[in-house]
Amino acid sequence: MANMLANIFGASPVMPLEKHVGIAYKCASELRDFFAAAIDGDWDKASESRERIVQYENEADALKKNIRLHLPKSLFMPVPREDLLELLLVQDKMANRAKDVSGIVFGRKMTIPASIAGEFLEFVDRNIDAAKLARKSVRELDELFTSGFRGAEAALVESMVEELDRVETDTDDRQAHLRWSLFKVEKELNPVDVMFLYKVIELTGEIADMAERVGRRLELLLSH
Amino acid sequence: MEAELLYIGLAALFGIFMAWGIGANDVANAMATSVGSRALTIKQAILVAAVFEFLGAVLAGGAVTSTIRQGIVDSELMAGTPELLIYGMLASLLAAGIWLLIASRNGWPVSTTHSIVGAIVGFAAVGIGIDAVQWAKVGTIVMSWVVSPLLAGFIAYLIYRSVQKLILSQDDPLAQAKRFVPVYIFFAAFTITLVTILKGLSHVGLEISLASSYTLATAIAALIAVLGAVVIHRIKPDPKAEKKQHFYTVERVFAILMIVTACSMAFAHGSNDVANAIGPLAAVISVAQTGIVGAKSTLPLWVLVIGGAGIVIGLATFGVHVISTVGKKITQLTPSRGFAAELAAATTIVIASGTGIPISTTHTLVGAVLGVGLARGIDAIDLRVVGRIFISWVVTIPAGAFLSIIFFFIFRTILP
Repeated sequence: MANMLANIFGASPVMPLEKHVGIAYKCASELRDFFAAAIDGDWDKASESRERIVQYENEADALKKNIRLHLPKSLFMPVPREDLLELLLVQDKMANRAKDVSGIVFGRKMTIPASIAGEFLEFVDRNIDAAKLARKSVRELDELFTSGFRGAEAALVESMVEELDRVETDTDDRQAHLRWSLFKVEKELNPVDVMFLYKVIELTGEIADMAERVGRRLELLLSH
Repeated sequence: MEAELLYIGLAALFGIFMAWGIGANDVANAMATSVGSRALTIKQAILVAAVFEFLGAVLAGGAVTSTIRQGIVDSELMAGTPELLIYGMLASLLAAGIWLLIASRNGWPVSTTHSIVGAIVGFAAVGIGIDAVQWAKVGTIVMSWVVSPLLAGFIAYLIYRSVQKLILSQDDPLAQAKRFVPVYIFFAAFTITLVTILKGLSHVGLEISLASSYTLATAIAALIAVLGAVVIHRIKPDPKAEKKQHFYTVERVFAILMIVTACSMAFAHGSNDVANAIGPLAAVISVAQTGIVGAKSTLPLWVLVIGGAGIVIGLATFGVHVISTVGKKITQLTPSRGFAAELAAATTIVIASGTGIPISTTHTLVGAVLGVGLARGIDAIDLRVVGRIFISWVVTIPAGAFLSIIFFFIFRTILP
C-alpha cells in the first residue's frame, strides 16, 4: 500500500529527452573532425571519427527506444504525448543524418574538391551550430515543465527558437552558394562523384533542417 | 463486567497492532513527499513524523475517534447485549489489521480508514441487524470519501496555479519566492493551528473562546512565518547549480515551506488515522468498564497516547525503510509542487478531523497530487495506477466487512 503513491508517478520523459538531444548533438558535431580528416585524405583518422559517429547514433537509438517504452498511453502529462514523441523523433534524425552522410563519404572514400573545401567545412560548422542551439533549447525542457510552459521561461525558449531559425536560414543560404560553387567546377570532376557530392551537401543541410524542426516542436509545446 | 480485563487486553493488543501498522506503512505516504523532494532527509522526516503524528493524534484525534467509537453503530439497539459490541469492535480491529497486512504484502493500495469503517459496518449490519448501523452517518462518511480527494485536488490546483502565476512564471522567480513563500507558510500554519484549537482541543479538556482562538492561531502562524522568512532570507543563490537548473535556488526556498507543510501533513495524518486504531479500543474500554453501551464517558487521554505511541513505534521499526523506498520513487515532486499537494491534503484532512469524519489520508493526497497535475505541474502521472487506486477504494470496504463478520461469529462463540 505504500507503493501506491510512488507508482502514481510515471517515468518523467524530461531528463531522458534532454540526454537524448545531447547525444544527437555529439553525433552531429563529430562531423567536423570527420570532414577535416576526409579532406586531408587521412582515412585512418576519418575511420576513427566515423566509428564514434556510429557509436553515438546507436546510443541515441537505444535511448529513443527506451523513452518510447516508458511513455505508455496511460500517462497524463502537461503536454500531449504525441508532441513529445515527435520531438524525440526529430532529435534522433539529427544523429541519423550525421551517420548517413559520413557513411556515404567514408564508403566511397570521397575527395572534396579543394576549391570548395573551405566553404564546405564552414557549411558543416554552421549545421553543427544549429544542432547545438537545438540542444540548448531542449535543455530548457525541465524549466519549462517547472514553470508550467508560461511566462519568462516560455519567452526565453521562444527567443532561443528564433535564434535557431536564423541559423537555419543561414545554412540554407550557404547551401545554395555551395551548390553554385560546385556547379562551377563540376565539369572537371567525375560525374558520379559530383552526383554524390550534391547528395552529401543535401544530407548535411538536413541536420540544420532537423534542428529547426526541434525548435518548431518546442514552440508547439508552448502553444498548448 | 466479567472478563473486563480480557476484553480490554485483547482490544489494546489489536489496537496497538493496528497503530503499529499505520505507523509502519501509512505514515510513509504522508512523509515520502517531503523526502522525495529532498526538503527533508530521512532522519529529519522520521523526527518530524514522530513528533507531529503524536501531537496530531493526542491534540486533534478526539473527534474522529468518537465517530469510530460510537458514531457508526447504533448503540441503543445493543443496550441489552453490551458484549456484542465488544466482540464486534474486536472483530473489526482484527479484520482491518489482517486485511491491511494481506494487502500490503501484495502491494494493493488500500486505505486503513476504508478497512476499519467497512469492518464496523459489516459486523453491525450482518452480526446484529441492518438497523444497528447509523446509515445516515455512514452515508456522510462515504460521501466524504468522494469529496475529500476532489476537495484536496481543487485546493492543490488553486495553490499551484497561484505559485505559477506569482513566482515560477515571473522574470525574477527567486525574489518573488522570497516575498511570497512566507505568506504560504503563514496560511499553512494558520489552518492547522486554527482547526486544532477550534475542534481538537476540547477533547483534551481545553476550552478556548472563539475570538481568542483566532488571535492565538494568527499569533502562532505569524511567528512561524517570520521564522521562515528569516531562514529564507539567508538562502543565497548558487551560481554553479543555477546554470544547470534555473529554479535551483527557488526550489530551496520552497524546501523551507515544505518543512512546515510536512509537519502539517504528519499532524493531519495523526489526527485522522489514530482513530482507526483506537476508536474501537475506546469503545471496548468504555463498554467493558461500565457494562453500558453508549455511556457518555469522555475519551481517556491515555488511549490517545497509546495510539500515538503505537504509530511512532511502527514508524521507527518499519516506517523508516518504507519512507526511504517511497521517497526515492517520487523525485518528480519538487518542493514547489510537493508543498502544494501537501498543504491541500493536510488542510482537507485536518478539517475532516475537526468535524470528526474519518477519511483516507492517502486518497486525499492522491487527489491533491492529481490537482497539481491538472495545473500542468507534474511531468507524468500514470492513470492506470490512479485507476487501480479507485478500484481498491471500492474493494476494500466489502473485504473489511467480510473478514469482520467472520471474526465476529468466531468471537461470539469462543469468548465469554
